[in-house]
Amino acid sequence: MIRMGSTVIFDEPPVIESWASVAGNHEKKGPLGSYFDIAEEDTTFGHKTWEQSESAMQNMAFKTALEKTSFQADSIDYIFAGDLDNQCIASSFGLMSFNIPMVGLFGACSTMAEGIALSSLLLAGGAANHCAAVTSSHFCSAERQFRYPLEYGGQRPPTAQWTVTGAGATILSKSGQAVASGNPKIRAATIGRITQLGIKDINNMGGAMAPAAADTLTRFFQDTGKKPDDFDLIVTGDLGELGLSLTIQLLQAGGYDCSDRMNDCGCMVFDNKDKHYGSGGSGCGCSAIVLNSYILGQMLAGNLKNVLFIGTGALMSPTSTYQGEIIPAIAHLVHIGI
Amino acid sequence: MMYVKAFLVGGIICIIAQILIDKTKITPARILVTLVGLGVLSVAVGISDKLVQFAGAGFTTPIFGFGIALGNGVKKAIAEKGWLGALGGGLTATSIGIGAVIFLAVLIALFAKSKDKS
Amino acid sequence: MPSDQVNKVNSAQYKKMVEEQAPKSNIGKDCLMAFLFGGSLCVLGQIAFDIAKSAGLDKDLASAVSSISLITLAAILTAFNVFDDIGRIAGAGTLVPITGFANSVVASAMEFKTEGFVFGTSVKLFVIAGPVVVFGTVFSVIYGIILLILKAMVVDVGL
Repeated sequence: MIRMGSTVIFDEPPVIESWASVAGNHEKKGPLGSYFDIAEEDTTFGHKTWEQSESAMQNMAFKTALEKTSFQADSIDYIFAGDLDNQCIASSFGLMSFNIPMVGLFGACSTMAEGIALSSLLLAGGAANHCAAVTSSHFCSAERQFRYPLEYGGQRPPTAQWTVTGAGATILSKSGQAVASGNPKIRAATIGRITQLGIKDINNMGGAMAPAAADTLTRFFQDTGKKPDDFDLIVTGDLGELGLSLTIQLLQAGGYDCSDRMNDCGCMVFDNKDKHYGSGGSGCGCSAIVLNSYILGQMLAGNLKNVLFIGTGALMSPTSTYQGEIIPAIAHLVHIGI
Repeated sequence: MMYVKAFLVGGIICIIAQILIDKTKITPARILVTLVGLGVLSVAVGISDKLVQFAGAGFTTPIFGFGIALGNGVKKAIAEKGWLGALGGGLTATSIGIGAVIFLAVLIALFAKSKDKS
Repeated sequence: MPSDQVNKVNSAQYKKMVEEQAPKSNIGKDCLMAFLFGGSLCVLGQIAFDIAKSAGLDKDLASAVSSISLITLAAILTAFNVFDDIGRIAGAGTLVPITGFANSVVASAMEFKTEGFVFGTSVKLFVIAGPVVVFGTVFSVIYGIILLILKAMVVDVGL
């Protein structure tokens, strides 16, 4: 491990052993619908409460990822998991049955990248041989907690994003301990800083998070001396259309032109033309299912070689919002290479 | 004729609220509270009867009408019961509607649940 | 702020960028829908009022019957999971009439019953509609106090 500025470069890169995604109905109908391991029309997953449904998705995502490896659950040394439900109950309940040491995370929609970055640090540091990063979000549990009851007849402003129903799991192994040693690897990680440029509008998360994405990407480029051209895809999750466009402009203002290779998980998961989803997808599950299906799949197939995956999280709570505070945002970056 | 006037007046009140929702950052809750306040005010300045005579349900169906009912209720209760009427008059006048909403809500919650929107 | 050191854009410039580039609501269509739905609901309210009045009820009771009719309509549409779809199109057209008030209460009752009828449904019943009831009551009491003061000052307020 080499530390350059605030970026950690892994000279013995942890390997992504396996990955899995569980998605809901709207995601199934979206452009990436065929890439998910499990996609259900009934997003209750047979449970009585939305929180239970979300827990079930995390459970299935981790189980599916585990089944793709040759390991038993007890081979996994640590799980890093988090979600949007208060006190991260979807993770606690969803992963309870596996009896694996767990580190709970709250990074809002940045949780997937945060979990992968922390797993990699632990693996590269020699504290673990196998780690897992798991996260989820459910449209219904997020709506009832952050917005309105599901049957409430209000309109959403066009800048609002649509919480993805889905869960993703990534299992990583220490370099040298990996069975699937030809899989994509984590080459570097940059932990984000709390960043804001004064946005307060909770219906414009993309606008609030774009400065964080630009900040972390800029620091990564400065730390490593790499250029946008060194990557096939720079993908944020989940800024939505407006947030993605703002991030590209902020980066351009700083001298980094990423416009031809940048995309956002929130823009990829749904049909952008359909205004039903507002500015695009959001929620921990959004970047989790896009990474753990399409992106890693394309990397394994050799269509993408170097990818920067930047999870972006809006770290406000209903309390801070009603108290008139700005939206603090964060973005964690991992460089995935094959 | 009353139906046409009710349609136009009620529709225009909704348009004003819609413009505020789309064009400003004022939350719907604040817009509704303001409309209720304006309803009470219309009673206080003595124009509510004329408004209702003119467009009927066009003024009483929007949440503005809730304000009119509250204001009229207070006025009536003070005349009948004295100073205590200032406290209870508004709620008394609107109690049938509020009672109906609470009862229906609990009754429906016994049988119906939110549908999967995801 | 750390962001200002790396990002070459300051808060004021950024807010301007966001405002300019944010997609706007289709205000023409929104207003047309609000007008049509809102107007129609008021006509329904008027019809219910006229029927109640012709059945011999006084003005206040007929007005209550009119309200209850629309409340019941909204409650049923909410119970059958369709009010939210209508509301998404109608916007202020269903929000501003008493239907919006009824929907917000019934939707909360249905939503939070998973936390039980006491701590879920009952506690959260007015989680959206609360401000209207609270401010409405407060406004009416303030008006009542003003009336009492004027009356004490022997001003003719029609009491």
